[in-house]
Amino acid sequence: MNKKPIIKLKDVWKTYEMGDIKVHALRGLDLDVYEGDFLAIQGPSGSGKSTAMNLIGCLDIPSKGSVYLSGQDISKLEESDLAQIRGKKIGFIFQQFNLINTLSALENVMLPMMFQDVPEAIRRARAEKLLKMVDLGERMHHKPKELSGGQQQRVAIARSLSVDPDVILGDEPTGNLDSKTGITVMDFLKKLNKEEGKTIIMVTHDDVLAKQAQKITYLKDGKVVTKSEIKRM
Amino acid sequence: MLKEYFNLAFVNISSRKLRSWLTMIGIFIGIASVIALMGLGSGLRVAIISQFDFLGSDILSVQASGIAFGPPGSGVVTPLSDELIEKIAKVDGVESTYNRWIESAIFEFNSIQSLLLVTSTPEGDKRRMFETMLNFKVKEGRMLRDSDTYKIVVGGNYAENEDTEEKTVFKRPIHVGDTVYIDEIKFEVAGVLEKKGNFMLDGAIILNENILLDIFGDDGTTDLIAVKVRNEKEMAKTKENLEKLLRKERDVDIGEEDFEVSSPQNILNALDSTLAGINIFVAVIAGISLLVGGIGIMNTMYTSVLERTKEVGIMKAIGAKNSTIFTLFFIESGFLGMVGGLIGVLIGLVLAYGGAFIGRLVLGVNLIQANVSLSLIIGTLVFSFVLGTLFGVMPAMKAAKLQPVDSLRSK
Repeated sequence: MNKKPIIKLKDVWKTYEMGDIKVHALRGLDLDVYEGDFLAIQGPSGSGKSTAMNLIGCLDIPSKGSVYLSGQDISKLEESDLAQIRGKKIGFIFQQFNLINTLSALENVMLPMMFQDVPEAIRRARAEKLLKMVDLGERMHHKPKELSGGQQQRVAIARSLSVDPDVILGDEPTGNLDSKTGITVMDFLKKLNKEEGKTIIMVTHDDVLAKQAQKITYLKDGKVVTKSEIKRM
Repeated sequence: MLKEYFNLAFVNISSRKLRSWLTMIGIFIGIASVIALMGLGSGLRVAIISQFDFLGSDILSVQASGIAFGPPGSGVVTPLSDELIEKIAKVDGVESTYNRWIESAIFEFNSIQSLLLVTSTPEGDKRRMFETMLNFKVKEGRMLRDSDTYKIVVGGNYAENEDTEEKTVFKRPIHVGDTVYIDEIKFEVAGVLEKKGNFMLDGAIILNENILLDIFGDDGTTDLIAVKVRNEKEMAKTKENLEKLLRKERDVDIGEEDFEVSSPQNILNALDSTLAGINIFVAVIAGISLLVGGIGIMNTMYTSVLERTKEVGIMKAIGAKNSTIFTLFFIESGFLGMVGGLIGVLIGLVLAYGGAFIGRLVLGVNLIQANVSLSLIIGTLVFSFVLGTLFGVMPAMKAAKLQPVDSLRSK
């Protein structure tokens, strides 16, 4: 297969200044992610995996080097352009679920589409469809506080899919869930990857979880240490 | 998309009910005081103007000072002597004059007695002048004639279908042909006037001047002299002439006048400048309280931005632009201002109309009225929305500038 990478990080550095001390979170990271990949980025805390995730998600720009998303260099863009890009192309799933507590499950799923000026009727129909897909058709009008952790994370998955993004980014997506609900959530992600062909990038420190993906990239000290591909029977 | 933003703002405000109410109290107070005081002030103006309505713009009235708006005898004053009338009639610029007496008397009707003011109507040629000048119309019966003796005409407040204190006192309306007693002398009602919305005229009990002088005695003085000027443009000049004559006759110096020559216009001017003063005072007080209210909104919005840093981060992560975040917070603060203003208007209306109602009960006169114009209401609503947004600009900018990575990390 001759695919172009959907995400490409080329010699990316990210440096934080803490007083006089410069902390290099990333030191020349190179990473290619192809369409349809299910990639796990693994590493101990402080390895730079969260920083990498922020850059891939267009939440931040590198201090040095380039980040390409679908061929476009986003490393020099302004915040409002970045917002536009991530709103269209990236779907986030966070460890803390990060739903808006004052809004219902349905409204939470509709919100990203609102920022893309999708008309109300279409937003509602799509949000309802997505919530049914994650088996929450009965709980659409519940507020996040009225849902269990697993249910909240499923709302978050539905939300991440609402604008039909190219890439879904999960930041320890099962980190706040017990192992059983964690497996359900992982199953959803795998299903998305397999059946819908979505590109999924997941950041985790968990070995077992990482092995659920197709590919694993191991980071340490802001650099890629190993890359591996998991063969399934 | 604005509708959705308003929706979101409403959800946010209503999910912080207590704080939103507390914030809006600052706005309530300011707006309510503006509506109440301005409404009462302009109501007072309308009411006072209606008291002068019957005096045409070509009429001057001469009274011994101290009794301008009260019953005679309420101050130590030298009454106007009857001879003055003849002299006033000869003053340059004066077309005609008539005089009136006002006396307090025990008025009895329906076996109920009350102390009221009775007033005279001039007889002969001057009767018509008096009636036209005051623009009297009968609702029932007829006006008085020279041939009438023990007959009276009563004001519109005594008539059927009027909810007035006179009716409350006497327990039933007065009709033509009813018998009443003035200082225990029997009178017959010849006419009931149409209501004019002027408490002095509507409450009037009018007698022919000869019979009034018979009952109360003629001491050679009069309570009020009305002067019709020949040319309206010479009003000021005629007024000066009159004052000169009166100073000479009553032997007083300039600045020590014990009389008053007033035209409706200069009374209105005095009234307007007083009301303007009151309005400025109200505006300053209201301005200060609205400023405080606005700072309250700003404070609440800053707190809100801090609390919702994470929420802002989430919204940015899922595609909200800086301008979107700004608009959300901006609308929210405008909303606080406008809802505060709306409730303030309601409270103000209650205060104005309630205050006027209580004032009428306590003072027993119809003078106190509230008059809140639609433009005042709309103006204050727009103002409170603008106030909310104005004080919301800085917090909204702060929210918009939050970095997504940092704000996502916050609690």
